Amino acid sequence: MSKLVIASIGPASSVQDGGRPGAQRYGLVPSGAMDRLALAAANTLVGNEPFAAAVEVGPFGAKFTARGGAVRVAVTGAARNADIAGRTVAPDTSATLADGETLTLGFARGGSFSYLAIEGGIAGEPTFGSLAVNARAGLGSPYPRPLQAGDELQTKAASGAPERRIELPAATDAPIRVVWGPQDDEFADETKQLLIDSEWKISATSDRMGYRLEGPVLKHLHGHNIVSDGTVNGSIQVPGNGQPIVLMPDRGTSGGYPKIATVISADLGRLAQIPAGRPFRFRAVSMAEAQVEARKFAELLRTLPERLRAIENVDLNIDALHDANVAGHAVNAVDAGTWHAASLADAAGPD
Amino acid sequence: MATTLSPPRLLPSGDSAITVEFSRNIDDAANRRVLALDRELAAERIAGVTETVPTYRSLLVHYDPVQIDFDKLGEKILALAQRPVPATTKTRRWRIPVVYGGEHGIDLEDVAKTLNTTPDEVVARHVAGDYRVAMIGFTPGWSYLSGLADSLHMPRRQNPRLLTPAGTISIGGVQTGVQCLAGPSGWHLLGRTAVRTYQLHRDPIFLLEPGDNVTFTAVDAKTFAEQDRAAEAGEFVAEQIAP
Repeated sequence: MSKLVIASIGPASSVQDGGRPGAQRYGLVPSGAMDRLALAAANTLVGNEPFAAAVEVGPFGAKFTARGGAVRVAVTGAARNADIAGRTVAPDTSATLADGETLTLGFARGGSFSYLAIEGGIAGEPTFGSLAVNARAGLGSPYPRPLQAGDELQTKAASGAPERRIELPAATDAPIRVVWGPQDDEFADETKQLLIDSEWKISATSDRMGYRLEGPVLKHLHGHNIVSDGTVNGSIQVPGNGQPIVLMPDRGTSGGYPKIATVISADLGRLAQIPAGRPFRFRAVSMAEAQVEARKFAELLRTLPERLRAIENVDLNIDALHDANVAGHAVNAVDAGTWHAASLADAAGPD
Repeated sequence: MATTLSPPRLLPSGDSAITVEFSRNIDDAANRRVLALDRELAAERIAGVTETVPTYRSLLVHYDPVQIDFDKLGEKILALAQRPVPATTKTRRWRIPVVYGGEHGIDLEDVAKTLNTTPDEVVARHVAGDYRVAMIGFTPGWSYLSGLADSLHMPRRQNPRLLTPAGTISIGGVQTGVQCLAGPSGWHLLGRTAVRTYQLHRDPIFLLEPGDNVTFTAVDAKTFAEQDRAAEAGEFVAEQIAP
């Protein structure tokens, strides 16, 4: 049995997977990854089921050391510097740590969450079929709380499979799409227009429960208290101060503020990756368009294995990589023509 | 005599959920229709419906848009909502022990003062109530009960507390509630119960269901302490008195 020992890690980092739907009627929110596409891509790279448990790494850096054998991993999501014992690990690729080697992840550049998937998954005791951390409910395994230095993630020894990269759709800064409702009739048409016409920023006080938005004040027609009703990931609720909160995977299952609109499911991961303080916009779409996008997104998730590629054996020009991708979460090193293969000579095979 | 039921409003909650709204207010008749529709939907097993969340006034229906779209699911829901609401449905009834006042219910004295009565009278009114689980929400096992006596209605606290104990029994507005986990609350704390409405490694993990009937019974601090130990070991402590 191999394991990854966490040598250091920043806040807002936890084990997450596809979540535990099915008990929202009892007040238990599903939790799960903030960026489902990035989670699924990381797992696909190392041959896991797409929504297996992985480490959701927050905006700060982290270090993981392999013990007891080699460990094969993949890193996706927010772009950041990554290396194993000095060998650069490109975004959206797999790589293998030999026993005793350390994977170092830098600060996120232009995103918030990265996903570190481990070949063979993370050993733990699922509750309602999930290892995802929900700290408020005391759920999650192997630790029912955010990760901290000294924690150990037990896994299988690396298989020695060839390393892969995955070609994801190009990153986009297009507006985050919403459908109106369920309580858009609690707002005047001008207020709804203000949501669409304004630039918004995500406040630094945001977390996995909700993203607090900074922008113009959205006024209610009839006050800010409604009788509580159910919430979903992406509900844009407007509390008394008129500053919207987008509900995220650790939300309360019910809430008593009017919800002016809802982020479409295909854009939730993209919203989750917008760094605090960077301006962005919303765009309203029809239900029909939102559902077409939801089906396209499901198809993208389903066909991720078809996007796996062998890693070409050319040297990496990391500076060019940075220059080409200052903004994006989906750093596409292949298009930059600067691809690499980290030297695999010293990466251990199965033990 | 057959009466025509007014159709609920179908409100979009993104591309993967519909809020089926029967009322904008806390309304007992609406809640009965919510729970009836919830049962109908469970029995109907519509392909693509993934889970439902009943609340006081609406039913949130989660679905997979790959399997069914908003319009088709909406039609089916409207048809089911026209089925008559059973006058009496066989529901479970629980008796939940509560230690009222003192360190266990730090707002009991203030509630009595505000309502111009005595703490004993507040307890008597609360124990006399016949409640129904209208919804469970916010955090695991937080059960919102309808049926609070008018004489106990009072506005929520101006300043919500950031931390209230696990097992808190409280009142707020026209509602009373059984809170399972420690957490924030703006309600008035009358007492505590040893009953865990949510407990891992117990079967069932969630004790109460939306629609269940609930009554309270007063116990002393010593009994509470004993029950708390038993509950920690996995006993229900709550007594199921029917059916």
